Amino acid sequence: MPSNKSVSDAPIVQFTNCRILRDHQLQREDLWVREGKILNPEKLFFDEKGSADVQLDCKDSIIAPGFIDVQINGGFGVDFSLATDDFKSGIELVSQKILSHGVTSFCPTLVTSPPSVYHQVLPQISVRNGGAHGAGILGAHLEGPFISKEKKGAHPEHCLRTFEAGAFQDLLATYGSLDCVQIVTLAPEMRRSNEVIQELTKRGICVSLGHSVANLSQAEEAVQHGATFITHLFNAMLPFHHRDPGIVGLLTSDKIPAGRRVFYGMISDGIHTNPAALRIAHRAHPKGLVLVTDAIAGMGLAPGRHTLGQQVVEIDGLNTYIAGTKTLSGSVATMDTCVRHFQEATGCSVETALEAASLHPAQLLGIEHKKGTLNYDSDADFLMLNDSLYVQATYIAGEEVWRQDALGM
Amino acid sequence: MKLIILENYSQASEWAAKYIRNRIVQFEPGPGRFFTLGLPTGLPRDHPESYHSFMWNNFFKHIDISPENVHILDGNAPDLQAECDAFEEKIKAAGGIELFVGGIGPDGHIAFNEPGSSLVSRTRVKTLAMDTILANARFFDGDLSKVPTMALTVGVGTVMDAREVMILITGAHKAFALYKAIEDGVNHMWTVSAFQQHPNTVFVCDEDATLELKVKTVKYFKGLMLVHNKLVEPLYSMKEMGAERSQSKKPYSD
Repeated sequence: MPSNKSVSDAPIVQFTNCRILRDHQLQREDLWVREGKILNPEKLFFDEKGSADVQLDCKDSIIAPGFIDVQINGGFGVDFSLATDDFKSGIELVSQKILSHGVTSFCPTLVTSPPSVYHQVLPQISVRNGGAHGAGILGAHLEGPFISKEKKGAHPEHCLRTFEAGAFQDLLATYGSLDCVQIVTLAPEMRRSNEVIQELTKRGICVSLGHSVANLSQAEEAVQHGATFITHLFNAMLPFHHRDPGIVGLLTSDKIPAGRRVFYGMISDGIHTNPAALRIAHRAHPKGLVLVTDAIAGMGLAPGRHTLGQQVVEIDGLNTYIAGTKTLSGSVATMDTCVRHFQEATGCSVETALEAASLHPAQLLGIEHKKGTLNYDSDADFLMLNDSLYVQATYIAGEEVWRQDALGM
Repeated sequence: MKLIILENYSQASEWAAKYIRNRIVQFEPGPGRFFTLGLPTGLPRDHPESYHSFMWNNFFKHIDISPENVHILDGNAPDLQAECDAFEEKIKAAGGIELFVGGIGPDGHIAFNEPGSSLVSRTRVKTLAMDTILANARFFDGDLSKVPTMALTVGVGTVMDAREVMILITGAHKAFALYKAIEDGVNHMWTVSAFQQHPNTVFVCDEDATLELKVKTVKYFKGLMLVHNKLVEPLYSMKEMGAERSQSKKPYSD
């Protein structure tokens, strides 16, 4: 059918025979894409009198927005906290490989490292759109070094720092530059943290609370000063106590400023959190749950020894520990595995599971007008999944960038 | 007229849909040979409940119609009367309406031809009756001040020019209007009664809509259902049309 489009001549693709996640529901609707964005077919029909150039039969797949991973330390042998000569090609490799896990945008995460590492690595990370070359980079997530000694987890003690002396200036000196930084995790009980949180928030950087022994009031104060995220809830923080819920209490705190929501990361690999704890968190505050992988270099590789910044970790099945200890250190789970496990453990709907990995991280970073949904005019980053939530194909800006082939590789 | 009485809303809708389908297929539309389907128009554009959204979500997005072949009266046109006149011209240019499908209001109006509309009226701007405004308030969050008071509508005369008219009437609240439409005389206070003078009308309704009719009327037409059902069974498809061409005669005429 000849197309007669007044707005643009770019080809219009209509994805049919599918169920799309829109308005928090799976709806039997077609997905229309033009120039890398989701198109409104009604406007096309009436205003432009246009029609589709290409129609693709999706064979009854589920179409969901692409997953967004805001905490991933590396994978496939690449460690984002190691300043190697081929760092850039390392990040490219990971961004390309995670397409098969359904991740279309991510925040490469650096664990606590000496300032020299930040100074060498951060300039090599640039915010960029995804495509056939790999998932889009939204900016770096700096997890540490301004964290608590008692809750350092897998982070190296000798690199921990405070910003008592010069507050924000100390932080800036440590990192070198904040140009491509999207998220900073810090411990709010540290002196002068509120100043730092305010400065970071002013620069549009999302502040996350983690690796901390803060009590609930310290955490609430941090939120009032601008913090909006909790790094891997339950892990590396004080356990919930009924008289001082600690950071976990933020999920149901009544001191959150109006109109704001506290989000919390969960590593739902079945190991970092007992499914019962996952369910408690989900039921307490379902709209704040953000699935993250916290994946390390060993993800995607055979079990054995790998690095995590300055540390050596040992992988055995899905468990990853600091070599010779029982301290958990990141995971080797993939994002799609986390989504499936989350859905099974909580018994939640498919829509909820998918939104925890797409809509919620987009809301956290304030980019839901273009990512994390299939709303009209959003970026056309989406996935085709089967009913068991296995990714069949990944699309970025409307182009297919990965497809499950017949051999299941 | 043919009065088709089905048990409930879904059955009535399905019968009507099958009938329209068979009519389209038997017409053998093709390039340059358009089956012109007429439908009444309604609310202004750019409203989530607008007629455009309604038609898109319930009809156009499910079929492969070309957007150039869709003509909807534009309530935002600079010269409304010119828009109406142009609409009448477009109907002529398409070869006239083959089948007009519509419903009726509780006051017996067809399209927006409210009580008192001329039975020979053409497409024009019409002020809406209070009843209609109240009925439409639900689309505007119950705020009466937001409901449009005027609408562009095809006229009774325009619909009478169609080669066939199908009216869908369901629900007890339409029962009195149906009675006035078919058992009483032709009257401009119940504009749908004009179709008593049309050679080819089909009224499709459910049991509830017949509540004000004489038992005699209902029994008579229910008795004809065996014959009437031949209009929807067999269900034709475009692919089979070549073989069926010889069998496309109607079982009987009015």
